[in-house]
Amino acid sequence: MNIFVCVKQVPDTETKITPTSDGSFIETSSIKWIMNPYDEFAVEQALLVKQANAAANITVVRVGSVKDTEALRTAMAMGADDAILVEAGDNLDSYSIAKAIKGAIDKTGKKPDLVLAGKQAIDDDALQVPQILAEMMNMPGVSVIVGFELAGTTLKVKREVEGGALEVYEINGPCVLATNKGLNTPRYASLPGIMKAKKKPMAQHSLADVGVSDADRRVKYSGFKLPPEKPAGKKFDATDAAKQKDVVAQVVGLLRTEAKII
Amino acid sequence: MDFSLTPEQREIKELALKFARNEMIPHAQEHDESGKFPSDIFKKAWELGLINTCIPTEYGGTGFSALDGVIICEALAYGCMGMNTAFMANDLALLPIVIGGNDEQKKRFLTPFTEQFQIASFCLTEPGNGSDAGGIKTSFKDGGDHWVVSGEKMWITNAGFADLFVVYGTIDVNLKHKGISALVVDPKSPGVVIGKKEDKMGHRASDTRAVTFSNVKVPKENMLGKPGEGWGIAMATLDHSRPLVASSAVGGAQRAMELSIQYAKERIQFGVPIAKHQAVQFMIAEMGMKIEASRLLVHKAASLCDKGEKNTEIASYAKALAADSCMQITTDAVQIYGGYGYSKEYPVEKLMRDAKLIQIYEGTSQIQRLVMARELLK
Repeated sequence: MNIFVCVKQVPDTETKITPTSDGSFIETSSIKWIMNPYDEFAVEQALLVKQANAAANITVVRVGSVKDTEALRTAMAMGADDAILVEAGDNLDSYSIAKAIKGAIDKTGKKPDLVLAGKQAIDDDALQVPQILAEMMNMPGVSVIVGFELAGTTLKVKREVEGGALEVYEINGPCVLATNKGLNTPRYASLPGIMKAKKKPMAQHSLADVGVSDADRRVKYSGFKLPPEKPAGKKFDATDAAKQKDVVAQVVGLLRTEAKII
Repeated sequence: MDFSLTPEQREIKELALKFARNEMIPHAQEHDESGKFPSDIFKKAWELGLINTCIPTEYGGTGFSALDGVIICEALAYGCMGMNTAFMANDLALLPIVIGGNDEQKKRFLTPFTEQFQIASFCLTEPGNGSDAGGIKTSFKDGGDHWVVSGEKMWITNAGFADLFVVYGTIDVNLKHKGISALVVDPKSPGVVIGKKEDKMGHRASDTRAVTFSNVKVPKENMLGKPGEGWGIAMATLDHSRPLVASSAVGGAQRAMELSIQYAKERIQFGVPIAKHQAVQFMIAEMGMKIEASRLLVHKAASLCDKGEKNTEIASYAKALAADSCMQITTDAVQIYGGYGYSKEYPVEKLMRDAKLIQIYEGTSQIQRLVMARELLK
């Protein structure tokens, strides 16, 4: 059984993001990189499948810069068997990333039985790669999964929909699944796991190696800037009962004329 | 000279910090209040390989360097200095076996610690001698095929939960340092009496007790090194463990600084966050400076250890500077928090109580200065 897990390396959630001085991208020199938290659920799910099928092989795939390889190393320290890194800039669009992942999987010569990815990356929040990848690989795809049950060759997955309801899918055969919080509790990479990960193989390709060129770009970033700062909120003092009527009138007036929400 | 950590060391640090944030910090206050031993957290840390980092790979350990060890220890102390004392005590107790034990003893005593979760205690201090460790009175009498151990030990970390003791005693009190020897003792042996848990100012999660030995028979094959080699083993152990203890002070100080920065940015006085006031800024600047200096010394002391070079002087610098800085930094953290800092509802007063012990155990800040002076005035 061949399992592929797509992971992205994203800035740590506590990072203060600043655009570069020319606004072409964000400042990356002082960023601490982590594995995208939603991808941790994907890695954990793959490991749970492997626990029940010892013969399963887990390959983690990442498209991004080589500067730090934290996400891949962490996945291997958690228990993934090997890794593929497709070297690319950090501001690739979703289409190119999906194409690069497909190219990298094809290049292994292995037939994927299961492809897992986090439902979104917390940096650009595009929520696109798993769906595009499923389409490109001609496989069924389900996103936002919170339940996973594999019995023989039949896979039952649960997916969250609006209003808290769950959709249940039964899938036979290879598929692409995008994981959400609540699916499982990702394990820690143990220290012996970290030491073992050093010896696990990591293949490295260029974008050209996996058949991706600049012509594949569907989206180009035109600039990065911080959102304007929110002006301070207004406070109204209504402790004096005698003045409450006036205060309410004033608030209602401002909601109409200034905030324009009523 | 390169001050950067290797990619593996960065990962190890991240893992230990993640563990500290998710598993230790949320329970630190509760264990501080109740004094309950954090068995579950201890075991979880062991499962991840964060405990017993000194055991070499030949005996089933992770074979981490002393530098790796201090990186882990700093992160765990960041989570809770008290819990970390319990964790660190395992390394302190196993180090004499790593340093002074023969191959058979290492297999017999160290390997079980890698196979299942076990706890160890280092029994050196006695009621009548702390800093003057050479004045040990616990006696080891030759009983033919065994040693007979009698005496009293004090402030023994993990004593109530230990599966193994390393006990220092003397074969002849008149021989002074040359009589001191080290034995591995099973805490369940007849004649071992474990005292009540001490009610301490800080490090309340760690289990500290007196232990009394009355004619306890210990097999001769449990002696580390030869009779009279115990002092050398104890001193070599402390050269390894001082950087470790120093790193725990750095971890506690780092936590105090982060809390101070966070609070100073939130707390508004005179219409601005107190972080805008120079008096507060200076306290925070001082914290950063002392933490960085302490950490560099700790890393140097550990690196010397890994190279097999003598680190006595540097390790004492590291221990004293880190411990004294941690005391100052945690005290200033309480100052920055003001009235709230003095309340148990906020986390900084615990840090201040915990910091105090690091100036005392494993060689007081004064003893460290004696060691430094002795090295400098040679």
